[in-house]
Amino acid sequence: MFEAILLTVITASTPLVIAALGELVTERAGVLNLGVEGMMIMGAVCAFATAQLTGSPYLGILGGILGGGLFSLLFGFLTLTLVANQVATGLALTILGLGLSGQIGESFVGQSGIKLQPIAIPFLSQLPLVGRVLFAQDLTFYLSIALVIGISWFLFKSRAGLKVRAIGDNHGSAHALGIHVIRTRYLAVLFGGACAGLAGAQLSLVYTPQWVENMSAGRGWIALALVVFASWRPWRVLAGGYLFGAVTIGQLHAQAFGLGVPSQLLSALPYAATIVVLIIISHNRRTTLINTPASLGKPFVPER
Amino acid sequence: MTLSAGPTSVPLLSVRGLTKLFGSFAACNGVDLDIAPGEIHALLGENGAGKSTLVKMLFGVLQPSAGDILWEGRSVAINSPGEARQLGIGMVFQHFSLFEALTVAENIALSLDPKISLAKISDEAAALSKAYGLPLDPNAHVADLSVGERQRIEIVRALLQNPKLIILDEPTSVLTPQEADRLFETLFKLRSEGRSVLYISHRLEEVQRICDRATVLRHGKVTGACDPKQETPGSLARMMVGSEVAQVHRDGSAALGDVGLEVRNLSVPARTPFAMSLKNISMTVRAGEVLAVAGVAGNGQSELFDALSGEFPVTDDAAIRIRGKAVGRLGINGRRLLGAGFVPEERHGHAAVSAMSLSDNLLLARSRSDKRAFLSGGAASIIRYDAIRSAARRICEKMDVRKSGDDPLAGSLSGGNLQKFIVGRELDRQPTVLIVNQPTWGVDAGAASRIRQALIDLAKAGSAVVVISQDLDEIFEVATNIAVISEGRLSAAEPAGSLTLERIGLLMGGIHESHPVPEAAHAH
Repeated sequence: MFEAILLTVITASTPLVIAALGELVTERAGVLNLGVEGMMIMGAVCAFATAQLTGSPYLGILGGILGGGLFSLLFGFLTLTLVANQVATGLALTILGLGLSGQIGESFVGQSGIKLQPIAIPFLSQLPLVGRVLFAQDLTFYLSIALVIGISWFLFKSRAGLKVRAIGDNHGSAHALGIHVIRTRYLAVLFGGACAGLAGAQLSLVYTPQWVENMSAGRGWIALALVVFASWRPWRVLAGGYLFGAVTIGQLHAQAFGLGVPSQLLSALPYAATIVVLIIISHNRRTTLINTPASLGKPFVPER
Repeated sequence: MTLSAGPTSVPLLSVRGLTKLFGSFAACNGVDLDIAPGEIHALLGENGAGKSTLVKMLFGVLQPSAGDILWEGRSVAINSPGEARQLGIGMVFQHFSLFEALTVAENIALSLDPKISLAKISDEAAALSKAYGLPLDPNAHVADLSVGERQRIEIVRALLQNPKLIILDEPTSVLTPQEADRLFETLFKLRSEGRSVLYISHRLEEVQRICDRATVLRHGKVTGACDPKQETPGSLARMMVGSEVAQVHRDGSAALGDVGLEVRNLSVPARTPFAMSLKNISMTVRAGEVLAVAGVAGNGQSELFDALSGEFPVTDDAAIRIRGKAVGRLGINGRRLLGAGFVPEERHGHAAVSAMSLSDNLLLARSRSDKRAFLSGGAASIIRYDAIRSAARRICEKMDVRKSGDDPLAGSLSGGNLQKFIVGRELDRQPTVLIVNQPTWGVDAGAASRIRQALIDLAKAGSAVVVISQDLDEIFEVATNIAVISEGRLSAAEPAGSLTLERIGLLMGGIHESHPVPEAAHAH
C-alpha cells in the first residue's frame, strides 16, 4: 500500500520537478517565461505523436524535448530579439500551445498510447524498501534526479553557470564584462523549453499514456510557482516538487476515503502552499535578495 | 629591474592630440597627457570636462576620433577593455559593475581567465586584499557589503591582473574620510611598487595631498599641467572652472528666531536588515540656524532623513515637530504644507525622475504645497503648464542651472546642474524648515559652492536648516551648529566654532559624553 502510494507520488512529482528545473535555469538567466504550461502541452502532444508514429517511446521522449524546445524558441525570438514584453509573450505562448496541441493531437484522441517501461537497475532495485521505488523507475525519473544534480553543479560550481547567474543578477554589468547576454539567454530559454517538453512527454508516455486535450491540467503553472517556492535553488525544487506531488496524490486518496473536504479545496492546496511559502520567505529579505535574479523579466537592449 | 621614474625615462603612457567627437561636439579636443612610471597622476576637471571620455578611450571602451595613444613609447590601438587589460591597464569605475547576488570571489572570477579555479581566486584575492590593506572576505555576498567594501572588490579585481597603470574614476566620491585615507595608503603602496595611478577627481584638497602631477581639463581641452603641491586650491580651481570659485561666506551669526524643527526622543526600528535603527534622537533647530549632521556613511543618515521628511512616517506623532506642530505621523506632503522642504540624497529616481522634464519634476514635488499656483479647476486639478514652466525657468536662472533647451529632461543635466535645480526647487518656496541630505555629493566645485551659499542665505533669511553631510569641509563651511550621528545615535549639537576636527572624529567613532569610556573618564 505504502509503496504503491509512493510510486504514484513519484509519477505525479516528476513532471513538476523537470518543468520547474528548466524554468529555474531560464529565470536564473533573468528571463521570465510564463509559457511553461504551453511548452509542456506541446511536449506532451509531440511526444505522443512521435511515439505513435515510430512505435518507440524513447523517440517519443526525444520528440517531446524537441517540441518543447522549438516552441520555446518562438518565445526567445519574440522577447530576446524583438524585446517584446516577457509576461505577455509567456501568457500568449501558453494559450497558443494549448490550442496548437489540440490541433496537432486531434487525430490521436482516443488512441491507446505506448507506455514508457521502467528500467530496473540490477542489484540496486533488489534493495529492501527503496529498491523498487527508486531503482525500478522509467527514464524520466532518472533524468529528473540527474537534472537536479547537474543543474545544481552547473549553476553553483561551473564558470558557465556563474555567467548565467551574473546575467540574471545584472545584465548590464554582465554585458560590460563581455558576457554574451542574449546568446546565453537564448540557450537558457531553449533549455527551459526542452525541460518543459520532457515533462510533457512524461505526462503522455508515463503518467497517462494517451493523448487528451489540455492534459497538462495546470501543471505548468504549478511548476512556475515551484520555482519561486524553491527560491531558485535546484534541490529545493526537488523537495517542493515532491511536496506538491504528495499533496496532489493525497488529495485523491482523501477523496477516495470520502473525507468531507470539497475536492476543489484540496486541488487548490499546492497553490495555497505556494502563497504561504512566499509569505514566509519574503520575511527574510536577505535570502530573497541573494537568490532572486534581480534582472528577472527585464528586457535587455545592448548599448551601441 | 627598476621601475623608478627618471625625468628622461620613457613615459608609461603618452597621449597625443586625442580627440573624441560625438556628432559635432568634441568631448575631448586634442588632449595631451604623459604618465610616468611610478607616479600618481591627477586628472582634474569639473563634471562634463571630458575626464570620463578620456579614460574610456584609454580603457578601450570608446574609440578616439583622432590622436595617438603611446604605451611605453609604442603606438597602440586599444579596441576593447580586454586589450587594455592585456597591455597592463586596470580600471576602477565610479559606478561599480558588481553583481549583488554573487560573492566577492565570484564577482572577481567573472572578469578573469575562466581556467583559474574559484578556490584559487579566493585565495589570491584574500592575499592581495591583505597585502594592500583592503580587508575583504572573498566569500561574502556583495549585497551585504558597504560602498567602500564594494570599491575594494573593484580595486582587488584590477590588481589581480597585475596592471602597470590603474585608473580610478572619482574613487572617493562614495567613501567616508576614513575609507578614503585607507585608499590613499593603498595608492602610495602601489606607487612604491613602481605602478602608476591615474587619479580622476574634482576634489582639490585630495589631489594636492596625494598626487605627484596633475593635468587639468576644461571643456575637453587641457588647461594646465602642474605639480599640485606647488599650487593653491584657488589656482587649481581657476584652471578647472576658468574663473575664481566664489568663496562661501557667512557674515556674523544671524539672530536666532523661533524653533523651526524639534525632534524629541525619536526612535525608529531598522526597516531592513541593511538599515540602521535610530536611537533616541533629539535635536532643536531654530530659525536662522544651520544644523549640520556629520557622520560616517551608513550610521543612520538616510534613516534620519526618511523620518524627518516623512518618507517613512514614525509611530510617535510628537517625536517630530515642525513649527510646534506634531508631525511624526504625517507624510511628506503634510509636512510640506506646514512650510518644510526636503532634498533627498539620490538625485536620480528619488529627488528627480530622470525621464521627465524639469517642469514635470517641479510639479511632482510641489503639486500639493503649491496647488494654487500650479493647478487650476479646483477638484479637477488641471495642470497649469505655463505657470510651472515659468517657475522652472525662474529656478534655473536663480541657481544658474546650465542646460540645453528650455525645459530639458532631468536626466540630461549633469549631476551638479541637476542638484542645483533640485535644491533651487525647494528654496524657491522659501521653506521655513529645510532638510537636505548630502547636498553636494558628486557635484563639481562651482555648483557645490553655489548650493552651500544658498543654504546659508536661506538660514539668514530666517529658516531652520538641517544639512546631513559626510563632507567635513562642507559642514564647517555652512554649519552654525554641528551634531554627529553614529550607530543611529545623535550627539548633542555644539556650536561649529567650538568644535575641533579631532572631537568630531571621536564623536564619529561613537564616543559620546553620555557613554563615557569607563576608565578614562575617571582619570584625574
